[in-house]
Amino acid sequence: MKRLALAAALLATTQGFGAPLAAETHKVAPGEGAATRLQEALILAAPGDVIELGAGRFVMTDGLSLDVDNVTVRGAGMDETVLDFTNQQGAGEGLLVTSDNVTLRDFAVENAKGDGIKSKGADQIIYHGLRVEWTGGPKASNGAYGIYPVESTNVLVQENYVRGASDAGIYVGQSENIIVRRNRVVENVAGIEIENSNHAEVTENLATQNTGGILVFDLPGLPKVGGGSVLISRNAVIDNNTDNFAPEGNIVASVPAGTGVMVMANRQVHIRDNALVNNGTANVLLTAYSQDFSDERYEPRPVDILISGNIYGRAGFAPDFPGGGDLKSAFGGDLPAIITDGRHQELKVWDLQPILSLGLTDVKQAFDQANPAVTVPDIPQILPPVASLSVKLPQEMEARLK
Amino acid sequence: MRQATLLALSFGLLMASIAGARTPASVNDAAVIDGMARHLSEYRFFVLPQTQVPARGVHPYTLNTPLWSDGADKLRFIYLPEGTQLAADGQGLLQFPVGAAIIKTFAFGEGADRRLIETRVLLHRADGWTALPYRWNAEQTEATLALAGGRIDLVTPAGEAISYAIPNKNQCKSCHGKDGEVIPIGPKARNLSAEWLDDMGRKGWLAGDTSGGDRLPDWRTHASGPATPLARAYLDVNCAHCHQPGGGASNSGLDLRWEQSDAQAIGIMKRPVAAGRGAGGYDFSVLPGQPDKSILLYRMNSAEPGVAMPELGKASVDREGGAVVRRWILEMTPK
Repeated sequence: MKRLALAAALLATTQGFGAPLAAETHKVAPGEGAATRLQEALILAAPGDVIELGAGRFVMTDGLSLDVDNVTVRGAGMDETVLDFTNQQGAGEGLLVTSDNVTLRDFAVENAKGDGIKSKGADQIIYHGLRVEWTGGPKASNGAYGIYPVESTNVLVQENYVRGASDAGIYVGQSENIIVRRNRVVENVAGIEIENSNHAEVTENLATQNTGGILVFDLPGLPKVGGGSVLISRNAVIDNNTDNFAPEGNIVASVPAGTGVMVMANRQVHIRDNALVNNGTANVLLTAYSQDFSDERYEPRPVDILISGNIYGRAGFAPDFPGGGDLKSAFGGDLPAIITDGRHQELKVWDLQPILSLGLTDVKQAFDQANPAVTVPDIPQILPPVASLSVKLPQEMEARLK
Repeated sequence: MRQATLLALSFGLLMASIAGARTPASVNDAAVIDGMARHLSEYRFFVLPQTQVPARGVHPYTLNTPLWSDGADKLRFIYLPEGTQLAADGQGLLQFPVGAAIIKTFAFGEGADRRLIETRVLLHRADGWTALPYRWNAEQTEATLALAGGRIDLVTPAGEAISYAIPNKNQCKSCHGKDGEVIPIGPKARNLSAEWLDDMGRKGWLAGDTSGGDRLPDWRTHASGPATPLARAYLDVNCAHCHQPGGGASNSGLDLRWEQSDAQAIGIMKRPVAAGRGAGGYDFSVLPGQPDKSILLYRMNSAEPGVAMPELGKASVDREGGAVVRRWILEMTPK
């Protein structure tokens, strides 16, 4: 958008937004009128500008929004600059970004009434060094998503901290070319969720004390369907045993507590070189989407799944699915770390771990028709080469963080 | 209320024509096509701002089914520069010439107690539409640009004390945005009266196929009229600016446009995607025969941020709209 010509006397609070066309840094400090000053700065910013948020607490009553391309919003640190939405009265999220090439970094969003930070149709977006937190810990009344890019191409979510989301801490939906790296996600229903997206790399994250650590889902009936090409690698997925506190009706409300990595539907997902430790249902769980759907584009089963090179801690000590307790009794101890409902296609497990299959074959079958069996994976003596699913983002994006 | 407005209008027009020679009533075209006027008066859309008496070339209009905004009374106008025309193409959105403007004033209170709260303008410029919000002063003499929006405490016609939100400039686009561009929402031929379209055509302000008027029902029949057209009109007008392909909520997969005929797209047996606690514990947007288990109605009937729909422009619940949608869902045959 072109810079709108402003009369010099426009607004006393927006001095400095006048004539010059060179990129500018606009400082916004907390205190009296901060919410209005910040929103004005976001509206009046020109492409290339930096909005610099001072240290301290910004008391917000409404959602913020940014619709100017190529703007950086930068705070003094995720513990220093806090946008406090505890008394938010309107809007569906704390901050909404709808423009391209935006960088959000080094500030916190607390207690947003809906989602924390959402970006929609915002290509080349970077979320870096942010904290999005519901400070009361896990509660069904918390907002759904912490960091929420959707319908975007080229997404970098890096070194953030998200806690308390009643759906997913970091949720990337209906997007392409995604890196979610070195984040810490704690006490959310889903730590990280990649949904209806393609070419995603989820690496070097710590997911702990969530209901489920890392989820890769594909759902029918959305504008973008057919998720896949997802790499889950070098993550620590530890101790995700928090009771599911998602509001009923949402798909994540069906995630069993104690889930490490879960894949539902999707084509080509590699789960490699992770530490998968102490997840009470399973360290890895594969399921089909079993509800009715009428979307002809949709593949409800997980297809082409590789599980390789992971380190396994304890799992299966508290299976949180129908019949799980009986199964554990029958099994006489912890269930295997890898559980599939049986409806997968082209599953390769190259880890020396037993696999529990519930033996379902049809996507319409209910869990009570399970026919459980344990198998030992057939690992090739020499592992064949594996297609790299690493994601490359435009160099310009990494350069922005320098 | 509508009659009072019309009375004031005709009186004002009379005054304006008498005073015409003395008061140049022409709109400031320069302010429409460029810049961000600090005050609403700079546009000269009104000869008598306080009573909203329009200047020459500024045409009042109403909608069959209006967008509900906490029960605000809305005064709607279209400005067309001398020598320009709207173009109609059947039922859809009227096409506006560059230099045109759409003006909507929000008011609360009846008769002498009526207070103008805000006026939103959509300005059609060479590079597209620009949306700007103006907030009226307590004296009701002027409205000032409110880029960052604002809040004002008031009592709705339903008697509820609310903190009314004036949208910021970006939030204007949240509703008026489609595929990244700002567009008008209201003046679609199907939601305008055939009478108004004819009248504008006769006077030379409107050209093209003007036969698409009056397709949406008159909302004043909401209590007793057939539920389906009323509900579909209500959802189209109040929800579909976001809930359609290319709109602000396209990712939900919900498409509430009047012309959408696919059952799942309009929410029937459609599961939630990113609703969070907005789902209210229910499984479907619309569960036929079960309004109290339908997410769509649950969110309409909430005023709580994070649950309430629409997300913007609402601090209280529209009981009339809710009753129509309830009737619509109740009349559906359960699956």
